[in-house]
Amino acid sequence: MNLYEFLGYYNYWVFAVLLMIGFYAVIAKTNLIKKLIGLSIFQSAVFLMYISMDKVEGGTAPILKPEMTDLIYSNPLPQVLILTAIVVGVATLALGLAIVVRINERYGSIEEHDLLDAD
Amino acid sequence: MDFIHHLPVLQVIVPLLCAPLVVLLQPRGLAWAATTAVCILSFVIALNLAVQVIGGPALSYELGGWEVPFGIALRVDELSALLLVIVTGASTAATLAGRESIDSQIEEHRQPMFYSAWLLVLSGLVGMVVSADAFNIFVFMEISSLASYVLIAGGPDRRALLAVFKYLIMGTIGATFYLIGVGMIYMMTGTLNLEDMSQLISGVSDQKPILVAAGFITIGLGLKAALFPLHVWLPNAYTHAPHMVTMFLAACGTKVAVYVLLRFDFFVFQPAMDSHAIHFSLYLMPLALLGIVVASAVAMFEGQLKRVLAFSSVAQIGYILLGASLLSHEGLTASMVHMLNHALAKGALFLVVACLGLRLLDLRIDALGGVAKQMPLTCAAFVVAGLSLVGVPGTAGFISKWLLISALMEQGAQGLVMVALVLVSSLMALVYVWRIIETLYFKPAIADRPELKEAPLPLLAVTLLLASLNIVFGVFPELPIDLSKSAALVLLGDQL
Repeated sequence: MNLYEFLGYYNYWVFAVLLMIGFYAVIAKTNLIKKLIGLSIFQSAVFLMYISMDKVEGGTAPILKPEMTDLIYSNPLPQVLILTAIVVGVATLALGLAIVVRINERYGSIEEHDLLDAD
Repeated sequence: MDFIHHLPVLQVIVPLLCAPLVVLLQPRGLAWAATTAVCILSFVIALNLAVQVIGGPALSYELGGWEVPFGIALRVDELSALLLVIVTGASTAATLAGRESIDSQIEEHRQPMFYSAWLLVLSGLVGMVVSADAFNIFVFMEISSLASYVLIAGGPDRRALLAVFKYLIMGTIGATFYLIGVGMIYMMTGTLNLEDMSQLISGVSDQKPILVAAGFITIGLGLKAALFPLHVWLPNAYTHAPHMVTMFLAACGTKVAVYVLLRFDFFVFQPAMDSHAIHFSLYLMPLALLGIVVASAVAMFEGQLKRVLAFSSVAQIGYILLGASLLSHEGLTASMVHMLNHALAKGALFLVVACLGLRLLDLRIDALGGVAKQMPLTCAAFVVAGLSLVGVPGTAGFISKWLLISALMEQGAQGLVMVALVLVSSLMALVYVWRIIETLYFKPAIADRPELKEAPLPLLAVTLLLASLNIVFGVFPELPIDLSKSAALVLLGDQL
């Protein structure tokens, strides 16, 4: 694999880097909101992977036109899948934030070490 | 005839569609009644499906009439029928028994929401079981997980919130790993249908992405299944959840993740990839053994009743995966039987916890002294189910341990080592169960505890029923063994 091929996969490199940034934040940050931000980045990275794989060189939106038979289409299925996954991600984030609000109400803090000391 | 044909999809959409309707049932008790009715209906559908597939061909259902592999397919075979019966049965038992317990732990105005989330968990779990589409499984997994976070967060103690936050983080990471794995397989094969995937994978020239995908999927589902080192979310979540939620999730929640794991590894990867069986077995076997020994050892030293049982659940997942990692028909049969028997034993034990929780606020083992004098039937159910958990002859637990040990014996010298570990862990189970029984029966009651009454009739009746099923399936084990044997054959396919 030469340098250009290596760089040509840049969406996948961005995917991997984002994935690890998110994962690091989830593990290393002690503030619960920051953990959730990390989780969100982690999930978004996967969306990027799905979106990257459906791209076809020179492809266009998959709308069938009878008069144009030589069009190349991008694969629409991963986009549909990821639309669903985005909904799941939003629901997870919303639920996570709601739990953090409740934790703040009951404990008065969202810093992990305060919470561990509290009980 | 036509109606029967639609049962696989009705199994999922009945609870799914009833979930938003239950929210509207504000008057007292109606939400509970509706939820129970839906659970019973699902249970009846599951039994009907099981009767159809036992001895007959697997049922497949094309959603919206779109042909496989373009549309989403549902598939019910002996293996999924077994899981469907466990999941819907656990849900039915919990809702039938649980009204007083839930009333005492969830404020009345929140109850319709609570029951709605309950039905979402149910439909998510059955959806994972019947679906034959990798992405659809992800969606159902997240439906059931998100709703179960809500259920667990309903626990009365504020520590439930911390437990659920940890579960949410770990569960989401698990689901996202699964999603990455599915994406990689889709990249290489262009299909999401499990059967199609299995056929196309062997034709892929570069197997590396598939191997990585197998790793991601196995670890992601291992997180959801509380496979040993990934189990850290489970004890706290089970301990602080409302009692009935613990009972429901402990009886079937993690087993469905194990089911999807086995389905992927045996059904999709092993027929298509050369040495996948060995990788799978070498990866799971040590973790399963470690889980069995370490979790049982931790359970011996835990002081709170629910935490003891939660750690015991981690060990039981180890037994199920140990049987599967042997890759033999006997081993898989043992793990299938153990799924059912563990659901019966743990379900009954957590129902006893709910009975005790109605009368006592403090569930530390030290506080339970002499309860048996005032609640004899509840404690009798605990003894029966506890002995079944240990694996005493005459109970269902004995059957699955026996099958597991005879499957291990066939593995030669290393099998004997594993037999020894299983026996050691059974002894540890005896220790932690006996410690509780001893306290219930022989320790003096703590001072100034008010007089205890037996649990209300529905709760007590279901508890006794589940406990006695442990004996019934221990004395007449043919039915579960036959079902498990054919379920194991489904997984092994034509490899025999």
